[in-house]
Amino acid sequence: MRVIGHPDDIFPMVLTSATQKLFGCLADEDVTGESPYKLLKKDDIIQDIKTRAAVSDFSPVKQTVLDYPEDEILLVFDRDFTYDQCFYLALTPEAKKRILNPPEPETPEVLENEVNKTPEPRKWIPQGSEQEVEKESVKETREKLCFKCSIVRRKFGAPVCFSDRNAADAKDAFLECPSYEDSRFSIKQMQRDCGIQAVPKLWSSSAQTQWKVLNNNSTQYMPREQSDEERESILKSKSLKNFLNSVTPRVLHALQQTEIMNVFIDDWKALGAGNDDSDFFGQVSEGLMLFRALSDQTHTKNKKISCVNWHPTIYGIIAVALTEKKKEQLNESTKVDVRPSLIIFYSFSDTSGPQLLLECPDDIFAFEFCPSDPNIVVGGCINGQVVLWDISAHVTHLQGTQAGGKKSSINPDTFDLDDNKEKKTPIVCYCAVSSIESGLKAPITDVQWLPPTFEVTRTGLAVENKSNLSIQVVTCSPEGSIMFWDVRATKLSRHSASGKKQKADQKSQMAPFSVPDTFKHLDQTWKPLFRIDTSGEYAPLKFSLEHYTCYENNTGVTTEGNENDDSSEVIPDYSQLRVPSAKTLKTLEDVNTKLYVGTEDGEIVYADWKLLKDDSGRLNSEKPLHCSSIHHWIVNTVQRSPFFKDIILTVGAWDFAIWREGVMGGPIIQSPSSEQVYTVGCWSLSRPAVFFLGKEDGSIEVWNLLAKTGAPVQVYAHVTKAKITCIKPWTASTSKQHFLAVTDDLAVVHVFRIPKTFYVPSRSEYLNVRKYFELEEDRLKDLLRRKELWAKEKKEIEELKKKLEPEMPKTTLEEEEEKDIKDYKDFLMLEESVLKDLGLWQDTSKKE
Amino acid sequence: MAEVEETLKRIQGQKGVQGIIIVNSEGIPIKTTLDNASTMQYAGLLHQLVMKARSTVRDIDPQNDLTFMRVRSKKNEIMIAPDKDYFLIVIQNPSD
Repeated sequence: MRVIGHPDDIFPMVLTSATQKLFGCLADEDVTGESPYKLLKKDDIIQDIKTRAAVSDFSPVKQTVLDYPEDEILLVFDRDFTYDQCFYLALTPEAKKRILNPPEPETPEVLENEVNKTPEPRKWIPQGSEQEVEKESVKETREKLCFKCSIVRRKFGAPVCFSDRNAADAKDAFLECPSYEDSRFSIKQMQRDCGIQAVPKLWSSSAQTQWKVLNNNSTQYMPREQSDEERESILKSKSLKNFLNSVTPRVLHALQQTEIMNVFIDDWKALGAGNDDSDFFGQVSEGLMLFRALSDQTHTKNKKISCVNWHPTIYGIIAVALTEKKKEQLNESTKVDVRPSLIIFYSFSDTSGPQLLLECPDDIFAFEFCPSDPNIVVGGCINGQVVLWDISAHVTHLQGTQAGGKKSSINPDTFDLDDNKEKKTPIVCYCAVSSIESGLKAPITDVQWLPPTFEVTRTGLAVENKSNLSIQVVTCSPEGSIMFWDVRATKLSRHSASGKKQKADQKSQMAPFSVPDTFKHLDQTWKPLFRIDTSGEYAPLKFSLEHYTCYENNTGVTTEGNENDDSSEVIPDYSQLRVPSAKTLKTLEDVNTKLYVGTEDGEIVYADWKLLKDDSGRLNSEKPLHCSSIHHWIVNTVQRSPFFKDIILTVGAWDFAIWREGVMGGPIIQSPSSEQVYTVGCWSLSRPAVFFLGKEDGSIEVWNLLAKTGAPVQVYAHVTKAKITCIKPWTASTSKQHFLAVTDDLAVVHVFRIPKTFYVPSRSEYLNVRKYFELEEDRLKDLLRRKELWAKEKKEIEELKKKLEPEMPKTTLEEEEEKDIKDYKDFLMLEESVLKDLGLWQDTSKKE
Repeated sequence: MAEVEETLKRIQGQKGVQGIIIVNSEGIPIKTTLDNASTMQYAGLLHQLVMKARSTVRDIDPQNDLTFMRVRSKKNEIMIAPDKDYFLIVIQNPSD
């Protein structure tokens, strides 16, 4: 291959044959293709140059040869004329070496079991570190000096005594070589190696700040108000007007929207609520389920129940008053066959027999539990006495019956002893009875406690009740009087109370339970506070007064009242209560002091119990405000609705009526006459439109004013075997059970569970009933108005008729006679004149 | 003054309206048809509510503003119409 250029250290040249011969490098003889190299001595070349000067072949490289460091110069026979000449000269030793020892092309070795040679330790190439090592190493600079010392031979083995000596005491005892600062050099150490370890430093510290930030503990604020002038000015301002103008359309729009449609109503739910409303379906599938039938053979033989009451607080306790069946006993106060009249307490859970017996001086027609203290019971007797019982001693016994027989197992010691006692029902004697002098000849037919919110003074004024207890009782009797009694001690009774013995000693047949002396101050001397005399005009049988709820709390007394409610064990001490003087109490103006009274003759009387001074200065009861004779026989029920304060239900013998207080014209609703005699009625406690009526044949009618007004919604026929004497509903709030206690003539108490249809109120029933009553009231008013109108019209028509007729002077008999005589005279004259005309006149008077 | 009365009468004449209160921007009632205690209560509480609602609306979109607010409860409905300086509160009892 031909190379155009040649490297710098190769000099192609031509050697003549003479030169070749001289140097022994004949082409193809001395140097061949196989061994093209020839080393020529430098001196020889210089010799040649000197000899032949310019003719020498080596003259162009003369200088180079002279400078050539080594002795031998390479001459290469270039057979292939790679550098264009047949010989070339290597000008430098490196080139010589390179040519002589061409780097061998790397021939790939056969990689057959190439064994990696373990790396052999390479030769240590010092970098200069051994000098440092040498510097640091410690070497002996001189030979070690050796000292040998020994003690004198004679002192060997001699006893030695050691003692301490302070080195500083003796001079030259020690030798020291203190270090000193050599002034020869003061090299400042610029760099020193040192090791550093970082250690976290921990320390604890605390700080306390002073509480300088004020914090609000409590704030009292009052709403900001504006003064009247500001308000006036704002009201007049234009901006307000603009505001109202802009805002009013929106507001009206929104108001109309809500009015038109209630977007939040759940239609499905609303539909579903109708399921409970039996009115919709018109049929009741469930009947009255008999829960209990309570009676006690030993006590109730031949007796009937006159009054039934549920215990207001204890669940499942009913009290019934038993009276003799025969009517003749009304007037007799002593009987040969004396069986004590009783009020019996039954309990749901203990059906073995009555739980408690209250002994009465005589048959009780009506009794009631005190609303503020359920341990006090007041009753009205057949002989006109008012009786009080205190059953607080037996309350635990009554309550114990709730848990069944558990209480008895608690005290096992006394179990055997109590065994006999438990079988015998405890009997409580009455603790106070009204005095016989003030007793009436007629039985007391209705007894009610005044609510604890107000009390009544001697003149009938309603005043506030500081003690928040029910302390007054109202009774009525058909003799014609309504009486108010006060349970507290008056000044008179205090004297006589001290001399009375306890009644318990006298009665030996009773169990030795002492009579609680709660009302000892009243015993035998109890007189009514005042009485309303109807002066025989009407005979009240039942009455109803409005329960006044006071919204203003008397200061300081309400807590006491609340405590009484919470812990019924705190029994107020009635003997300590005194009738306060009327002046100290605040008169309550808004108490409704009017009563609705149902009488024996079927009249409903609406009267005020306040006594007024009449002309002679004596306090007298007012004339009744209104009286209407609606029912045809005795009125057996007058009851206010538990939902509406001014709606009263009155039940007569063959019909019932609903009155609204204040509407004097008559009952707002009057039922059609029924075929059966109604004996008793009562409102339902949970539904405003429902009430129950009991009949003579032992059936119960359920009326729902919203469903049907002309007939009962449901008739439960023959629930009892005899005439129903009393119905009382009850709601056990804890267990959500609704009961109806029905008592009959055979002295059996049936407790029914009211079916759900009759105790779950329908949707907005209260509102509907109220609307209904208002409608009825309007109808009644309308009717009355129309009646008046008709009456007036009738009168007018009559008068008009009279005016239209010709004036006929009313002639008396004499006048008529005179008239006749006159007529006769006229006739005679006429006759005379006619006969004269005819010439036939016979003057009788002339002839004579 | 008379116009104010007339407007209020119009609103009051709607069915079910229980009360109307006009409140200024600070929450102080100017005119009311309810008793003082209820007015104070409504004014104080609703003022805060309206402020909160208005700031909510404006936070979401600053161009937006509260025009009307209705609070429907079980027993009644309270409607508040806010404005720059005053607001009008109407309490209505829907008929059913």
